Amino acid sequence: MSLLMATGMTCGYGGAYIINDCALWVNKGEIAVIVGPNGAGKSTAMKAVFGMLNLCKGNVVFNGEDITHLAPQDRVRVGMGFVPQNRNVFVSLSVEENLEMGAFINDSDVSKMKEQIFELFPILAEKRNQPAGNLSGGQRQQVAVGRAMMTQPRLLMLDEPTAGVSPIVMDELFERIVDIALTGVAVIMVEQNASQALEIADQGFVLVQGSNRFVDTGKVLLANEEVRRSFLGG
Amino acid sequence: MEIANAFALLTNFVILPAITYGAQLSLGALGVTIVFGILRFANFSHGELMSFGAMVTILTTHLLQTKGVSISPMPTALLALPAGILATIVIALLEDQIIFRFYRKNRSTPITFTIVSVGLMFFMAGLIRIIIGPNEHNFADGARFLISFRDFKAITGLDQGIAIRQTQLITLLVTLIVVISLFWFIYKTRWGKAMRAYSDNEDLALLSGINPERVVLIAWIIAGTLACIAGTLYSLDKIYKPFIFMQIMLPVFAATIIGGIGQPLGAVFGGFVVAFSEVTVTYSFKKFLAYLGPTNWEPEGLVQLLSTDYKYAVSFLVLILVLLVRPTGLIPGKTI
Repeated sequence: MSLLMATGMTCGYGGAYIINDCALWVNKGEIAVIVGPNGAGKSTAMKAVFGMLNLCKGNVVFNGEDITHLAPQDRVRVGMGFVPQNRNVFVSLSVEENLEMGAFINDSDVSKMKEQIFELFPILAEKRNQPAGNLSGGQRQQVAVGRAMMTQPRLLMLDEPTAGVSPIVMDELFERIVDIALTGVAVIMVEQNASQALEIADQGFVLVQGSNRFVDTGKVLLANEEVRRSFLGG
Repeated sequence: MEIANAFALLTNFVILPAITYGAQLSLGALGVTIVFGILRFANFSHGELMSFGAMVTILTTHLLQTKGVSISPMPTALLALPAGILATIVIALLEDQIIFRFYRKNRSTPITFTIVSVGLMFFMAGLIRIIIGPNEHNFADGARFLISFRDFKAITGLDQGIAIRQTQLITLLVTLIVVISLFWFIYKTRWGKAMRAYSDNEDLALLSGINPERVVLIAWIIAGTLACIAGTLYSLDKIYKPFIFMQIMLPVFAATIIGGIGQPLGAVFGGFVVAFSEVTVTYSFKKFLAYLGPTNWEPEGLVQLLSTDYKYAVSFLVLILVLLVRPTGLIPGKTI
């Protein structure tokens, strides 16, 4: 049984369906990557899993519990962490305060968790007192991931974590994401840099027009001729 | 001697009144800026909240006076202030629960909220006049001066004196305490940080598990407290007139915008900028220049930039000047 199991998800804005009978799942300690062309409904599928959109059909099961009708903030409490694509840090708060806000629902030892994040992202320790708005794009993404990690989630959801960062920073972010998965956290992410992301993926989902076109391990998808030609640029 | 006289004159008629008035405006602007930061609308009814707070404090003061309770030489109003604060918090929370919550649930636009607050302003103004009447109330008792004009002259031997009224000192001390505790709250405590986070990015605050209704509740408690203190200090220092609180929203809004909307530090700063401009521009510098100029000379006119009738216009003048140079306020705030 996967940690997250979303099946038959169908939903959209207004009348039209953006995602149609889409399924996503991820196991503990594994990385699942959602790729696909623009407008395929990748981000929408993520929002649907996190409850930011109401499903017309389908359901979401997390850790054996049906959470289809749970509000997003309550999903944080059951162990899901979400990093949105845009506006994912508190720009006027310092790096340290951003992390503290991430742990808002945790009454337990925040400072210990904070140290772990600083270990994972050493640059953040250096900039702990700076407003997050003054950081570079890559550093901001680290703050965003760090903030979501503060609740000690069992599932980390990332919506295009490498959007707008340089290739070097991207590689580093991917490395960190692998580190996070190695600690036993399940990671599910949407990525534009499809081939690099599939390289670290245990599970890959190729979404087209809101439905699963290909689902397999990252390696198999990378080797698949049709996937390569149509979605990975050759 | 001439120079000392000139500066005594300036201190007495410009610097001291401007600092006092600036502190009062700052407290008002802080309330407006906090409501704006959290609820994202310009609250026109804040002036009436100030008036309501002052009114309850005055009524409590009168009650205490008839019972013979006194903390002389301090004004009795200080003793009555907590009652005023409590009542203002209650009315602010009632306003929110009965009126603003409805629009929050409907996800109304900020302009809707603003118009609603204008309506509420008129309602509250009417309510206040029904309760306390339209007349002036002078409720300052206790010692009037810390240093009187005559004492100062006797001590220093100058022709010009500096009189420090007790209410001026109380205004400054209370403002200092209030501002320090407010800043301690929003920068050092868990819920204070949560408020800043919510103000910064509502969606992300929600994702972090911050309860928005709780944040709104705290914002109104702070706004009510600040409004009552600002209203009481203003009335204590000058006089309580119900209609003045509609006019005072002009300089208060100007201070909020000049400082940078949603920036608490900016609101404090803006309050003093507006107060100093208002007092300086409407002060007649004739005597001041006469002291500084050659002996037996004095300027022909009043050397007053604007008549005091225009003092509210000064706020706008400063507002426009500041916005031309720094469109988001002195400390960059939110853009509307």
